[in-house]
Amino acid sequence: MIIRISDDALARALGADEIADAFARKGHEVQRVSSWGMQWLEPLVEIDGKGFGPATLEDVDDILDGSSEIAIGVIAEHPFIAKQQRLTFARAGKTRPLSLEDYEATGGWRGLKRARQIGAEQILAEVTQSGLRGRGGAGFPAGIKWQTAAKAAGTQKYIVCNADEGDSGTFADRMLMEGDPYALIEGMAIAGEAIGADKGYVYVRSEYPDAIAKMERAIELSAGIVAPFELEVRVGAGAYVCGEETSLLDSLEGKRGEVRAKPPLPAIQGLFGKPTIINNVLTLAAVPHILAEGGASRYETLGLARSKGTMPIQLAGNIKYGGLYETAFGLTLGELVNAIGGGTESGRPIKAVQVGGPLGAYIHPDDFGIKFDYEEYTAADALIGHGGIVVFDDTVDMGAMARFAMEFCAAESCGKCTPCRIGAVRGVEVIDRILAGGRPADHVERMDVMHNAPRHGRSQEQEIELLTDLCETMKFGSLCALGGFTPFPVMSALKHWPEDFTGRASAEAEAAE
Amino acid sequence: MSTKERKIGEIVAEHHRREGPLLPILHDVQAEFGCVDAESEALIAKGLNLSRADVHGVVSFYHDFHHEPDLRPVVQVCRAEACKARGVEQIIDQATAAAGDRVKVQTVYCLGLCSSGPSARVGDRLYARLDGPALAKIVENA
Repeated sequence: MIIRISDDALARALGADEIADAFARKGHEVQRVSSWGMQWLEPLVEIDGKGFGPATLEDVDDILDGSSEIAIGVIAEHPFIAKQQRLTFARAGKTRPLSLEDYEATGGWRGLKRARQIGAEQILAEVTQSGLRGRGGAGFPAGIKWQTAAKAAGTQKYIVCNADEGDSGTFADRMLMEGDPYALIEGMAIAGEAIGADKGYVYVRSEYPDAIAKMERAIELSAGIVAPFELEVRVGAGAYVCGEETSLLDSLEGKRGEVRAKPPLPAIQGLFGKPTIINNVLTLAAVPHILAEGGASRYETLGLARSKGTMPIQLAGNIKYGGLYETAFGLTLGELVNAIGGGTESGRPIKAVQVGGPLGAYIHPDDFGIKFDYEEYTAADALIGHGGIVVFDDTVDMGAMARFAMEFCAAESCGKCTPCRIGAVRGVEVIDRILAGGRPADHVERMDVMHNAPRHGRSQEQEIELLTDLCETMKFGSLCALGGFTPFPVMSALKHWPEDFTGRASAEAEAAE
Repeated sequence: MSTKERKIGEIVAEHHRREGPLLPILHDVQAEFGCVDAESEALIAKGLNLSRADVHGVVSFYHDFHHEPDLRPVVQVCRAEACKARGVEQIIDQATAAAGDRVKVQTVYCLGLCSSGPSARVGDRLYARLDGPALAKIVENA
């Protein structure tokens, strides 16, 4: 019998290797494939299209003799899979990640072959027509970025893939690199054709050892196919801020990962000062599909308003059915977390949902009607970012989460601009004072010479006002999204759950009485 | 020439033709010696024709590079939002208690296993869906 088990990092973290060995010892052929993305079922064992999960070593015998109680039926017909529109993740669960044979048999390299025939102008036209936007978070139209780099003067140009997926709640880049690395390689090679670049870098974060190994091997195996385009993996070193594109470029150059002021745009002066396309993994991996015959028009018809195509959405945190859900833009948040995600895993009511990683706003269940769309989220002072959705149940303390957002920004700030570097530290302090109910006058304020200083310290309301001011400063004064977007989680938490900020001090005061 | 000088010389020679070779070099030095100390910084700076300040600036910027060796085994535990939502804060004390002075329990932000936290990493081995006892056991076995 052929047993298919994913070799995705999550499946392996949950014991997939041991289960695969157990099947192999019983004389079965084990194929290690990519993950379907139904992560609550990992490790998922597949036999003749039927699934069993989450499997443990004890389940092996039962699965083989057909008496297993963890059978989920035909995987492809599972509602979680059947309702998706998978383009970027079309191969998820179906192919062996490093098999060139599997890749080619599922339409691989068709986009690149066609791109080479139609030439740079037409590639740029089709990417622009598709409406593909940067999937890293900013949502900048890929076609325009590519055209800018194509027009920029210079003989040496670069393609850089941003695989520094640091946002909590996101794992689509990791899954793609581990599950379908050739799709990313093909996308980068097409980008190379489009702007005349012969060198590409994939900057992967060091927290992804499996993705690094898979990408390196895939690059070796496919070198002959994408030649003369050359690719290289570079490993990050634990700095979240290097997910910001200009900081990533500095890091690639071997410098501190400090954010650059823009302009100049990377498309004009990027890596080593040369014209550079820097795109997220998901953006580049969407390109082979777009470049296939008629792909651009198909992509353009999907989605909503200016958010075209599909988005691999990642359902994470305290969620019953967590995993990867790729679908056209436009689903409401309620559909995503309740209908598809099944609510919380703990079974308790949802209190908050954070969309877009650590810099994304916390959304209240009252606002679950919001549609998954770049503009709709921006209008609601939120962001879809890299498409990560983290669900929290009613045990979460939003005051603590707001404090953590500031703490995270302070820990990960590159230090170049003041609002972020110092604002985040002050943010933690102000939130601590809000949680403590304000503060008494300090010794300087009490000095006789301080005629104009208030003598009564600061009340909680004044501290909240100060936090609001600070967030405004960070939002408009920071160089990049780290300092600029940290106010989103902080202010949204304060707006929707003020009792989590003011309640603690009054509860403590009550208890003291 | 000390063994350290020779080894760092080899690492620099292996990478110096690459574009932007500093990070790959620092990764190798960190892996070889468990740290990038002042002596290593000076040797790398000399090899790449950079100032020691340049190299030190880079070493001190990134969380992955350390200035002093730490011989303890390291257990990385994710304490970012998704793992917080799944209760990592309630089990972290158990892990640090199990670690004592013998094991270093290091906070990281995101291992990419966000639907199945709390998660941890030891070397290149990842663990997910942990509870208090499971995490404590990983720490004890580290």
